[in-house]
Amino acid sequence: MKNSIPNRKVICDVLMEHAKEDKEIMVLCSDSRGSASLAPFFEAFPDQSVEVGIAEQDLVGIAAGLAKAGMKPYAASPASFITTRSYEQCKVDCAYSDTNVKLIGISGGVSYGALGMSHHSAQDIAAMSAIPNMRVYLPSDRHQTRYLIEALLKDNKCAYIRTGRNPVEDVYTEENCPFEMDRATVLCEGSDVAIIACGEMVRPALDAAQILKEQGISATVLDMYCVKPLDRAAVIKAAENAKAVITVEEHSPFGGLGSMVAQVVSENCPRKVINIALPDAPVVTGTSQEVFEYYGMTGEGIAQKAAQALK
Amino acid sequence: MENLKALAYELRKDTIDIIMAGGGGHIGGDMSVMEVLVDLYFRQMNVSPQQTEDPDRDYFIMSKGHSMEAYYAVLCRKGFLELDDVKARFSRFNSPYIGHPHNTLPGIEMNSGSLGHGLPVAVGLALAAKKRGGANRVYVVTGDGELAEGSNWEGFMSGAMFGLDNLCCIIDRNYLQISGSTEDVMALDDLKAKVEAFGWNVISLKDGNDLDEIDAAFESAKTVKGRPTCVIANTVKGKGSPVMENKAGWHHKVPTREQYEEIVRDLNAKKEALS
Repeated sequence: MKNSIPNRKVICDVLMEHAKEDKEIMVLCSDSRGSASLAPFFEAFPDQSVEVGIAEQDLVGIAAGLAKAGMKPYAASPASFITTRSYEQCKVDCAYSDTNVKLIGISGGVSYGALGMSHHSAQDIAAMSAIPNMRVYLPSDRHQTRYLIEALLKDNKCAYIRTGRNPVEDVYTEENCPFEMDRATVLCEGSDVAIIACGEMVRPALDAAQILKEQGISATVLDMYCVKPLDRAAVIKAAENAKAVITVEEHSPFGGLGSMVAQVVSENCPRKVINIALPDAPVVTGTSQEVFEYYGMTGEGIAQKAAQALK
Repeated sequence: MENLKALAYELRKDTIDIIMAGGGGHIGGDMSVMEVLVDLYFRQMNVSPQQTEDPDRDYFIMSKGHSMEAYYAVLCRKGFLELDDVKARFSRFNSPYIGHPHNTLPGIEMNSGSLGHGLPVAVGLALAAKKRGGANRVYVVTGDGELAEGSNWEGFMSGAMFGLDNLCCIIDRNYLQISGSTEDVMALDDLKAKVEAFGWNVISLKDGNDLDEIDAAFESAKTVKGRPTCVIANTVKGKGSPVMENKAGWHHKVPTREQYEEIVRDLNAKKEALS
């Protein structure tokens, strides 16, 4: 059955479950509670909710102040705005000042489809990863999102979490969702090609492995939800066992997962690394799925690139 | 109070010694903000080196982070840091004493440097205190040129919206920034009317270097309910010596040896007159 629950809703559910007991959990929005699926939190926990209006710099600065005073703020705003409009607040007030702010980037990548480049966040992984002391997570499905938020609730460091707008097909099941903090999840192991993906690209990566299997090509698939700190050991192990490495991300071709994986692979076990990503150009107009199909960011597209890389 | 007035001049001397030792510093704003810092640290705020993690402490945020040398002088006198150590290592290789606030040092809550960050953070701190029912007061010092950063006005809006009467923003209104008069660079006046229009209680000090006036404003702010207070401290950039007073060129400058001696003579004379 097709999943109808977006990852952002799971974040709200987990925070609501904990907010009953933990009064230090605060949720902040910048006129974004609806699009962040956080309206139920605001309704159920008005004293733990902060609306700042359309002011992302204020959003992140206030969150940092709350954290400094011992609160556990979750600041949610479209990924494009929270990472670039308030980039300096993320850098100075969160990471540099070492405050426990969890930055939730909603509707990441090309989730907003036809709304254009202003609303797309194809730079957020690069931007946030370049900040010392900032962690970057892109959960792949609703089950993993739950585990990730549960884990983040237990620590006291800042982090950026990017989710998409739409429900995504499950990668895991409720019963079977292996999760270790800051360790990639190995979805399958093969000896020809290693496919390393993050966020919404993990499901197509897994689909690609199935297509490749039918062609007699065996693939490793890594769910690298922890883009920073990157699970270097998992990258090296997967690359060592393969003839080529494919990275897949809903991001600019520069400075994201592909760049980071290429650095690790070239240093440790040189292999051909093919990066499948959005173009360094305004993205074609369309729904997320249409955009992914156009740029080959689907099971078929990834499988095709992987097969080519082995030739 | 008389002793604090003299102390402000003593700490100006310490500030200039730090700048001379480190070979750099934002001397003009260090001098203008000194009485505000002295009143906060030696009369108003519930802070001490023994309670850096005390949840009941008051919070201070130096949004105009470049006035760090004055802040070092105050933190040293208050017992958070050692003046000799700061002078020996300020701005040197691998030193913890950099040119902007860094919260790995005791007594410093948040890092700053880039302008327009402090007020939103202070709003968050004051909001947390309100949520918890704490008695903490939150003080944030901004520059005046700094107010061209739009994030400050986001902070003014939210501070008023949340009714944060435990929040006090002090504007070091010395009318000068790097390129000249604030009114020529990006005019701020009527600043009082602007901040009032954002819903704040605003107290404009005739002399922002007068400790009596400053302290009275902070006392008055505590009585205002339901909205934050902004104290516009009309100060003199480079306050303390005619060598540097009201001269934009002294925003960031190291005095020559001759200038240093003249400045110290002026500071000592003022201190003695107040002692």
